[in-house]
Amino acid sequence: MGKKVIMALAGLFWFLFLLAHLLGNLTIFAGPDALNGYAHKLEGLKALVIAAELFLALALIFHAMYGIIVWWEKWQARPQKYAMYRSKGKPSYQTTSSRTMLYTGIVIFIFVVIHLLNFKFGRFETTTINGQEVRDLFVLVKEVFHQPGYLIFYEVVMILLGFHLRHAFWSAFQSLGWGNQKYTPMLYKLGVLLAIIIAAGFFTIPIYVYLKY
Amino acid sequence: MSDKNMTLTLRIWRQKDANSKGGFETYTVTDISPDMSFLEMLDVLNDNLTKEGKEPVEFDNDCREGICGMCSLVINGIPHGDQHRTATCQLHMRHFHDGQTITIEPFRAKAFPVVKDLVVDRSAFDRIIAKGGYISVNTGSAQDANNIPISKEAADAAMDSAECIGCGACVAACPNASASLFVSAKISQYTFLPQGQPERYRRVLRMVEQMDAEGFGGCSNHGECEAVCPKGISIANIARMRREYVKASLR
Repeated sequence: MGKKVIMALAGLFWFLFLLAHLLGNLTIFAGPDALNGYAHKLEGLKALVIAAELFLALALIFHAMYGIIVWWEKWQARPQKYAMYRSKGKPSYQTTSSRTMLYTGIVIFIFVVIHLLNFKFGRFETTTINGQEVRDLFVLVKEVFHQPGYLIFYEVVMILLGFHLRHAFWSAFQSLGWGNQKYTPMLYKLGVLLAIIIAAGFFTIPIYVYLKY
Repeated sequence: MSDKNMTLTLRIWRQKDANSKGGFETYTVTDISPDMSFLEMLDVLNDNLTKEGKEPVEFDNDCREGICGMCSLVINGIPHGDQHRTATCQLHMRHFHDGQTITIEPFRAKAFPVVKDLVVDRSAFDRIIAKGGYISVNTGSAQDANNIPISKEAADAAMDSAECIGCGACVAACPNASASLFVSAKISQYTFLPQGQPERYRRVLRMVEQMDAEGFGGCSNHGECEAVCPKGISIANIARMRREYVKASLR
């Protein structure tokens, strides 16, 4: 059960990261210079960024590892499957989201790797803002999102991310032992709302870039 | 829903013993009254099978009033059937309709091996209870009643958890075959009461350890257990078990 606690903490940390990442990315709506300027400011906080990156990498490893263990135990725990199985509905929280956490998780993991290769470790170009030379991330963003194949892949993953987060949020609190009859239904609703906000936020950016630039 | 007697097709899991393979057999029962309980309907089937000289279907049952936790069955894909907060014995045939096919399977989990047909061995629960689902009291002269004040709120909360009849539907419904709802209810009931305090932390560690050793799956918070529980035991108990576990681990 200690595993679930670590899994929940790691997941919540990624959840916070996603919120911060989304807020940062939204600067793109203010134009290329806003995005590049924001990225440059982030580069200035080098120590903090590296610490966060290390922590995220560690969290991802543990989160994935325990996710796979739970999935493996589940396969062991019911060798003979049901010929007929249905969810009874409320108050069950069993959904497509909850049943596909491992699969959406794998897709998100692959996406994270590709995403890092594309942007963080992508081509380094520079531009000038107010006479200062900074990395031109925008040109890369524009180029990447104009590849229809990648655009579709990105958008599909964002939808799957939404599904993953829908079960993730309340589940993390439940795993930490913070659920009760009063707050759990509220946490569940808040989780659904946040999942929609995050997924929709990340979803709109590529379309905006594709259409506008 | 029906008020006329029904003819039903039953797809029932038959298995000779724990080591046999098992499979579905199809039976037809006629003249089933909507006022019968599900188990009475199976009694009718078994009477017919006995008259035909065939082996009756083995299924667990005892009190037939929803308090003993002995009846089980997965009925059309849901443990204890479609109705909320009822055990199989309290499920009435009026919730089915004439001509319906009903699939009946045993609870399925590695920790609940099939003994025969629809009967499974749920002694894994007994072994979990033996690890800490009790309190220790000195015998001898009984102390005065009301010696230990317990608030109404604490008594109610303890009773809500203690309502668990240990039927195992939570395990059967769980996509992971986890026993977390049962174990958490049995741990929770003592956390509210002064009598549960001396063994509080040892209890959670030992019962959870036994739960894992029995081969139940981990909990992924699907919450299906609460939906099928004939007593409506809340998954808030599972959250409480985790709090207790973390507290006990840090001591």
